[in-house]
Amino acid sequence: MSLEARDIHVWLGSREVLHGVDLSAAAGTLTCIVGPNGSGKTTLLRAVTGDVGYSGSVTLNGSDTRRLRPWQLAAIRAVLPQAATLAFPFTVAEVVRIGLQAGQEGDHAEIVGAALGRVGLAGYAARAFHELSGGEQQRVQLARVLAQVWEPVAEGAPRWLFLDEPVSSLDVGHQIEVLQLARDFADAGGGVVAVMHDLNLSAMFCDRMTCLAKGAIVATGTPAEVMSDTTLSRAYGCTVRVNRTPGNGVPFMLPQAIGG
Amino acid sequence: MLRADRLGRARAMHAVFALLLVVVAVASLGVGATGLGLGDMLRPIAGGAPLSDIERVVLFDIRLPRLLTGIIVGAALAASGAVLQGLFRNPLADPGIIGVSAGAGLGAIVVIVLGGTVAFVPAGPFAVPMAAFLGAWGTTFGLYRVATRGVRTSVATMLLAGIAVAALVGAISGLLIFVANDQQLRDLTFWGLGSLAGASWIKLGATVPVILAATTLACTLGRALNALALGEATAAHVGFAVERVKTLAILSVALGTGAAVAISGGIGFVGIVVPHLLRLATGPDHRALILNSALCGAALLVAADVVARVIVAPTELPIGIVTAVIGAPVFLWILLRQHRWVEG
Repeated sequence: MSLEARDIHVWLGSREVLHGVDLSAAAGTLTCIVGPNGSGKTTLLRAVTGDVGYSGSVTLNGSDTRRLRPWQLAAIRAVLPQAATLAFPFTVAEVVRIGLQAGQEGDHAEIVGAALGRVGLAGYAARAFHELSGGEQQRVQLARVLAQVWEPVAEGAPRWLFLDEPVSSLDVGHQIEVLQLARDFADAGGGVVAVMHDLNLSAMFCDRMTCLAKGAIVATGTPAEVMSDTTLSRAYGCTVRVNRTPGNGVPFMLPQAIGG
Repeated sequence: MLRADRLGRARAMHAVFALLLVVVAVASLGVGATGLGLGDMLRPIAGGAPLSDIERVVLFDIRLPRLLTGIIVGAALAASGAVLQGLFRNPLADPGIIGVSAGAGLGAIVVIVLGGTVAFVPAGPFAVPMAAFLGAWGTTFGLYRVATRGVRTSVATMLLAGIAVAALVGAISGLLIFVANDQQLRDLTFWGLGSLAGASWIKLGATVPVILAATTLACTLGRALNALALGEATAAHVGFAVERVKTLAILSVALGTGAAVAISGGIGFVGIVVPHLLRLATGPDHRALILNSALCGAALLVAADVVARVIVAPTELPIGIVTAVIGAPVFLWILLRQHRWVEG
C-alpha cells in the first residue's frame, strides 16, 4: 500500500513547471518534499492531490486517483493546503467538524476535541476562527485534516495525510509538536507526504526525502543520503555545508556555514 | 459556551420562523382595501352567516393568491441569496450578480415596450412574466457558458462577465426606454419597483412548482456550501464534486429568482439582508441557514406587502420601495458593524 506518482508533468499556461517527476511514498513512513523556492514542490503536491492538471499517473493504495470519486478519496486521504481561507464566521469546532464529516468516522463529536488537543488547541472549540492568529488558524486547519483521517489505518488500508508546508507560520515549539504528530501518524501505519521548507526539521522527522530543483528531482533517499554538500549546493545554487548531530548523526546545516 | 452548538439552535429556529410566517400570513389575510377583517372570515366557522360572494372573491381570488405569491417570492429570493453567497464565498453576493435581474428586466422591457407592435413579441398579462423568466434564464446560462472552460466553472469569471452583461443589457434597456411612450415608461418603472398585485392562481400554478424545486434543491446544498467556505480545492478534498455543486447552485438560483422576478418584478435586498442577519443571529452553517432564510424571507416579504397595502390605503405602494426602505439602512448598519467579515 503506497503512493506512486509516475512521470508527472505539469504545465501552468505554456510553461512546463514539472518535467517528469516520480514520487513514491510507503504507508508507515513520513516523506518530505524539499527544494528551493519555485522548484515545484507545492506544484508536485498539488498534482498528486489532483488540484492542478497533470500528465502521468498517480495511484494511492493501488487505485488510480483519477478514477476515484471525491468522496472515495476523502475517505482515505486528507489534504492541508498551504494557505487556507474561510469565507464565513465559522467557529473552530465547526471548521474541524467539516473534516470529521468527510471521513469515515461518522459524526463523533469527541474527535473534534481530541483533534484540537493534538494540535495544542484544546479549549478553542467555541472560538471564532477569524479571531485566531495565523499560526493558530494553521493548526485548526491541521486539526480539521486530522479529524478527516483520524484512524491512520481503516478497513485494513492505510490513510494518508498530504501537508503543504504544515509548519511554515509556527513557532519552533509548535513546529516540533506538529511534526511529531505527523511522525506518530506514520508510525501508526498511515502515510504522510509533506512539502517542507525547513531542511533541518525535515531531517529530524522524516524517513524519506525528495529534493526538487527547477521542476526536476535532484535526489531522493533517506535524509542522510539527500542532505550532502554536493546535492544541496546544486539544488539551492549556493555552497552548503552539512553537519551531523553528535549523538545520532542527524544531518543539519546552519546558514552561518553557507558560502565560503 | 455560547457558540457550542449553533447548528442545533439554528435548526430549532426552523419552527420559530415557520410560526412567525404563519402569524404574518394570517395578519396579511385580514388586511386590505375592502375592510374585510379576520373576524368576518371566521364568522362562518363560528356559526354565523356564510361569506358573501364579494367576501369570497376578496379572500380566495385576491388576498390568498397574493399571500401565497409573497411567500414563494420571499422564500425564493432569500434562499437564492444564501446559496449564491455561499457559492461566491462573499456575504455581499446578490442574485443580480449572475445576470438574473438584468435578464429578467430586459425580457420585461421588451414586452412592455414592443409587445403587440413588433412581430413575434407577444402582449397581454402573461407575456411580461414569461419574457422576464426567459430573459433571466437566457442571461444566466449565457454567463455560465462564458465562465465554463471544459468542466471547470470560474466563479470569478462569472462575476466579471455578469457586470459586463448587466452593462450591455442596461444599454439595450435604455434604448427601449428611449423609444417608449409615457404609459410604457410608467409600466416599466412600476415593474422595476416590484409588486405582488398581479397575483393570480394561474401565475401561482406556473411558479410554485419551479420555486419549490429550486428551494428544495437549495436546501440539499448546505453541507457542500459549508465546505466551499474553505475554498474549492478543500471542498473537493473533503469529498464534494465541486463542479457539480456549482452547477446545481447556479441552477437553483436561476430557477428560483427567475420565477420570483417574473411574477413580482424587481424586489431588492431580501436576498442579501435576510441571510446576512440570520448568519449573525444563528451562525453561518448553510445546513440550517438556507431553510431559515426561505422562512424568514417569506415572512419578511408578506409583512412588507402588508405595509405596502396599509400605508397609503386605499391605494398601495410598490413593495420594492418598502423592502428597499427597510433593507438599505439595515444593510448599511451591517456593513458598519461587520466590515471584517466582508474582507473575508
